[in-house]
Amino acid sequence: MNATLYRQPQFRVAGDRAILMELGDGISPEIHARIRAMLIALEAAELPGVVECLPSYRTLALLYDPLHTSFNRLRQELSDLHDRLAAVTVPEPRVVTLPVCYGGDLGPDLEFVAAHHRLTPAEVVALHTSPDYLVYMIGFTPGFPYLGGLPEALHTPRLTRPRKRVPAGSVGIANGQTGIYPIDSPGGWQLIGQTPARLFDPGRPSPFLLNAGDILRFAAIEREEFTALTTTTPT
Amino acid sequence: MHACQQRSYRQFVVQRPGFFSSVQDRGRFGYQRFGVPVAGALDPLAAALANLLVGNEADAALLECTLLGPSLRVLEEAMVAVTGAAMPLSLNGRSIPNWTAWRVRPGDELTIGSAAAGCRAYLAVSGGLAAPPVMGSTACYGGAGIGGHLGNGQPLASGHSLCRWPGIFVTPGRTVPPAHRPDYPTEILLRAIPGPQDDFFEQGMTTFFSSPFTVSPEASRMGYRLEGPQVSQKPGVPASIISEPSFPGGVQIPPNGQPIVLLVEQTVGGYSKIASVISSDLGRLAQAVPGNRIRFARVSLDEACRLLAEQKERLAAVAADLDLQSAAAAETVTDPCTARFAELYPNCLP
Repeated sequence: MNATLYRQPQFRVAGDRAILMELGDGISPEIHARIRAMLIALEAAELPGVVECLPSYRTLALLYDPLHTSFNRLRQELSDLHDRLAAVTVPEPRVVTLPVCYGGDLGPDLEFVAAHHRLTPAEVVALHTSPDYLVYMIGFTPGFPYLGGLPEALHTPRLTRPRKRVPAGSVGIANGQTGIYPIDSPGGWQLIGQTPARLFDPGRPSPFLLNAGDILRFAAIEREEFTALTTTTPT
Repeated sequence: MHACQQRSYRQFVVQRPGFFSSVQDRGRFGYQRFGVPVAGALDPLAAALANLLVGNEADAALLECTLLGPSLRVLEEAMVAVTGAAMPLSLNGRSIPNWTAWRVRPGDELTIGSAAAGCRAYLAVSGGLAAPPVMGSTACYGGAGIGGHLGNGQPLASGHSLCRWPGIFVTPGRTVPPAHRPDYPTEILLRAIPGPQDDFFEQGMTTFFSSPFTVSPEASRMGYRLEGPQVSQKPGVPASIISEPSFPGGVQIPPNGQPIVLLVEQTVGGYSKIASVISSDLGRLAQAVPGNRIRFARVSLDEACRLLAEQKERLAAVAADLDLQSAAAAETVTDPCTARFAELYPNCLP
């Protein structure tokens, strides 16, 4: 799919407390960059009545207090900010490297994924650890990253029967997506490994490891290192 | 189990937890972009009225009871009030009215029964329930294991304790005037604003706003699945959208054409949304139970904002009325817990 940036943002009404600002018609790093620049401009502008700003693939959503601002006022303010985006300095993205122990009981579907693509498990690991993945957005469960950049050679269908419980930290593949389960949950992704890092920990001052706009890399570690990191990670 | 914090008091021991009872407040804001939904009281109006009855701020932490309420043994003197769904309330086996502030004393047993109308009742207690805040809120969200009375997303269980902060003791008998008590009918009209994907629908829009739907058994704090005539998208539009943030009230139309009205436990969605239920009507949906009938009426964004402002004014009017009732009785007593605290820590008043 060829995604294109809109010349002018499109606005949608999402109830009486939210405005959606669409900056393009699909998923692409360019549209994401525009979303990120807009978010930075918006946070600096501190518009009155804005409760939360939520970046996503091509849409920036604002939750607002309708007793302190209005859809029309926000549409105007957002359009004005968009017109001046060229002047916004966007910092280099943060690069986060996640250690992952691939295969074995921590990645029970690695063998299947390898067989599916006529690769060896080591080739799957080499392919999965090669790209810089872009964190497009966080959602679905607390801290879950929607990542772009999975090599096409690893696109694999979901499990036919989802698991009732996938442990937190599991790294999986579903069709063209790869991701990490931040909390124990049911799930249908092909599990190829597990990270000892905690993507969501409500007790930490920063509960979330990843943010939209980050660059994510996976680094393969051995089982011993996984165990060592798991036992030294404060709980 | 109890996790009372400094300066809070063990107020109740749970004898029976009810069907699903959880501590809630106005919700957890600021983390939706990280995938943490707001959670919070599903019927904010009923919750606010319960808090106002006992002299709390409208958004203090309180207990949300679902379908069948808990039975609680009282450990400290306090004021309590139950609003929302018609769950019969009794104190030591004697029936007492809802929508009214009552004084309870150590050894009392407070029982909240099964809902005769509506789905969720709210128990407020003087000072507000004390629970460990997680990311700025006590709202219980089981999906991520956060919030609630233990801070870990669990609902009440037998033997657990509920704690409260010191508060004031308002005049017993303060009551929400009957005209201001919502009723909980089995046929519910919800007002909704078309969008955000209203351009995905033509005939489906007419179907949505003209047909009755039935609440299915799949109705939770995450959302309500409805059953009824198929709401179809225009030919040629994609079956799903690029995932985008979703908000309470959004009405998703999955490929089977059966609407799902989102509530407070979802942050992202990939189905098109035909409309959004207005904020001031969301509590009415949360009071619906499986089998109830739902109709949608189309309103403008301006109308929705006017209705929300009106609801806020009505709440302020009730608050003023409650103050008058207290003034007439000329009695607001210091919480004995506060007095005891002052005795113990003379230089450190809460």
